[in-house]
Amino acid sequence: MRLRFLLPALLFAAVAVAFAVGLGLDPRRVPSPLIDKPAPGFALAPLLDDRPGLATADLRGQVALVNVFASWCIPCRAEHPLLMRLAETEGVTVFGINYKDKPEDARAWLAELGNPYRRIGIDRDGKAGIDWGVYGVPESFVVDAQGRIRFKWVGPMAPHILEEKILPILREVAG
Amino acid sequence: MRRLLSLCVLALTLALAAPATAVQPDEKLADPALEARARTIGKQLRCLVCQNQSIDESDAGLARDLRLLVRERLTAGASDAEVIDHVVARYGDYVLLRPPVKPATYPLWAAPVLILAGGIVVLALAWRRRRRVPDTAPLSDEERRRLDRLLEDDAP
Repeated sequence: MRLRFLLPALLFAAVAVAFAVGLGLDPRRVPSPLIDKPAPGFALAPLLDDRPGLATADLRGQVALVNVFASWCIPCRAEHPLLMRLAETEGVTVFGINYKDKPEDARAWLAELGNPYRRIGIDRDGKAGIDWGVYGVPESFVVDAQGRIRFKWVGPMAPHILEEKILPILREVAG
Repeated sequence: MRRLLSLCVLALTLALAAPATAVQPDEKLADPALEARARTIGKQLRCLVCQNQSIDESDAGLARDLRLLVRERLTAGASDAEVIDHVVARYGDYVLLRPPVKPATYPLWAAPVLILAGGIVVLALAWRRRRRVPDTAPLSDEERRRLDRLLEDDAP
């Protein structure tokens, strides 16, 4: 008898919890099928004279953060100081994919904000971006020394994301 | 007469209103059969920027890039399934507007059936209870005597 009145309340509670969890999820964060897979085959021409371009083979031999950026991307600007910090203070190898950008705009952008990238490839038509499953710049990938993608972050990194996610994963992957 | 005319105009307008598509003339393939296949595939693939539109309907840059990719693969001789697999390999099952049936999505596909079945069970139980109401026990002798007395008292 007691159960008859308790049951709707329990059902309500269960649905409420499910919805509360669902509301907390970010629909923009789509799980990537590329995690733990080798990085896609690609070869991009260099953006700068003094830095080489980026190709699949360059991802072997060291742990790297591959950052997809564009000068037209406002959140990229917000994220940029963190990339500088990763490259300069944390000693992380940062590679860049300049996504659907005008090369001259990208060069001006790096001249203004600083260049954290060891290598930068130009992805003018976004084809390499599609192979990496990019759908919203900026995106960052942690690639291990075997050239496998181990982690993906969509959207700009924030300082706490860097501390809590990116740096621990970089350390873990470096083993 | 005027009313009929305006109705005709309305019907014509609705008939001519082509379903919204974002495919630009310069993207279209020369081969109509191939272009038709590309449109069909495009309608099944989600644009990840807008999320609730297909790449066929979306004006986002990425949607255009994916439409071009679909057409490029088709021109290269890929089958419809191969083209879709090519995109899924990069963006995951989420790009499919119709989720695939596999263990991870069993709850999704089973939910409507389960909820319907649950509803039927609840209704069936409620119905059985309602039917049981008439067979209450007949009045006892004591109750009948009391009822008779009450009715007699009321009589004028």
